[in-house]
Amino acid sequence: MSSAPSREVARRVFAREFNDATYTFKESDDERAPVYALLPTGERANRIFIVGTLTETEDVGEDSEYWQGRVVDPNGGTFFVYAGQYQPDAAAMLRELEAPAYVAIVGKPRTYETDDGDVNVSVRPESITRVDESVRNRWVVETAERTLERIQAFESDTGNEYVEMAREQYDLPVENYRRATVEALESLEEPEAAEPSP
Amino acid sequence: MTDLRTHAEEIHEQFADQLDVDVETVEERLDTLVNEYKVPLEEARRSVTNSYLDEAGMERDELGGGGGNEHVELASIDTAEQWVDITAKVVELWEPRSDAVGQVGLLGDESGTIKFTKWAKSDLPELDEETVYNLGNVVTDEYQGNYSVKLNRTTTIEEIDEDIEVGDNSVTVEGALVDIQSGSGLIKRCPEEDCTRVLQNGRCSEHGEVEGEFDLRIKGVLDDGNEVHEIIFDQEATEELTGIELAEAKEMAMDALDTTVVADEMRGDTLGRYYRVTGPTLGRYVLVNDLEVLDGPVDAESVLIKARSI
Repeated sequence: MSSAPSREVARRVFAREFNDATYTFKESDDERAPVYALLPTGERANRIFIVGTLTETEDVGEDSEYWQGRVVDPNGGTFFVYAGQYQPDAAAMLRELEAPAYVAIVGKPRTYETDDGDVNVSVRPESITRVDESVRNRWVVETAERTLERIQAFESDTGNEYVEMAREQYDLPVENYRRATVEALESLEEPEAAEPSP
Repeated sequence: MTDLRTHAEEIHEQFADQLDVDVETVEERLDTLVNEYKVPLEEARRSVTNSYLDEAGMERDELGGGGGNEHVELASIDTAEQWVDITAKVVELWEPRSDAVGQVGLLGDESGTIKFTKWAKSDLPELDEETVYNLGNVVTDEYQGNYSVKLNRTTTIEEIDEDIEVGDNSVTVEGALVDIQSGSGLIKRCPEEDCTRVLQNGRCSEHGEVEGEFDLRIKGVLDDGNEVHEIIFDQEATEELTGIELAEAKEMAMDALDTTVVADEMRGDTLGRYYRVTGPTLGRYVLVNDLEVLDGPVDAESVLIKARSI
């Protein structure tokens, strides 16, 4: 469409699926080409947008500050967020925020291999802001919608190349993510039912 | 032979008003170039057209599409150098900045608006504001992603007795505000007349070092998980979005001896929230006229029904 490189969409994904996205790839040999995490429902993600509850922050750095934040979504799945000297604003937010708090995070998926050969998936934040519950709830519904759209594309056999890639790289039933979606949405329903009727 | 004939007819039509040539002569000249001298057809056509242009004393850009133009809506114009016919109302006339320009302004139809330029040398009648015209044989142009139409010597202008409800090219987009880009917050603009460029380190790219004038704006990105939209908030929209007014922003910058504190404060207040904005498009940007914060309750029920059913 336009010649300028277009900005990557921030994917909406629940923690359960995100933490399964251990396969990463590039689409060109250029050193600076974007790195994509492959979501198991068959979509590439170079950026994600998450809103959840920050439950814990900890400086896990040795020589310099390196902040770890745990952000939990309604399924109880946890996003691990890491910010150090190259993400000064995000690191400052993690240093200053008092858990628990609702936070919105725009960030990049990152993977690293542990000593025993497991691949862990984490978020390198571009921005962290404090938000209220209405934003969190909107994110849950939106993330449910996007996840369902991916599941439908996955199951429709339309030959989407990332669906093909996900079938090759993973042996993970997408049913898990549908169930996570149902649970997340149900969690929004419950408190309303408990409210007195007007 | 029929192929050459078609091209000959098209060329003939372009010059029918200016020159006394018949189709057979044009076809013969094409035939000589293509079949005798083995010139590729495109090149032959260009060469023959050029020689007739010389003969008629015309410039290439005065050459019309020969009356076979498409009649288009203004909002659908997305390619430069197309010859088209339009029906539009003169919404505004602007002060021409150059002697070469006869008239300049804004045309509108139901689909939206577009800038027009009428060259002084084209010798066309004056257009009046609030009047609707059939404009035949105008040529489209593009500058930095913005389209315009040029009226030229071959343009036909016919006033028609009807009114048009002009559309405003407005679009509505929504999503989470995922980025506020550099050049946002408290900025300085060049004070030179008609120059509103944003200064970089006190310099205007056109006028050099100048005493800038403070302004507020935000260049942001709305993202709904499927698409991204770049949006621009002007001073008024920025104040509405952030609750920070220009005077307050200047004070913040003065206290911190740094203008970037303003954008940082704005980021903290707005990033990660959901908005719906409406406004006209300018190139790849949507200019925010209307702003709605999406902080109301959301309908989980219908999505839940879908989630259970697939």
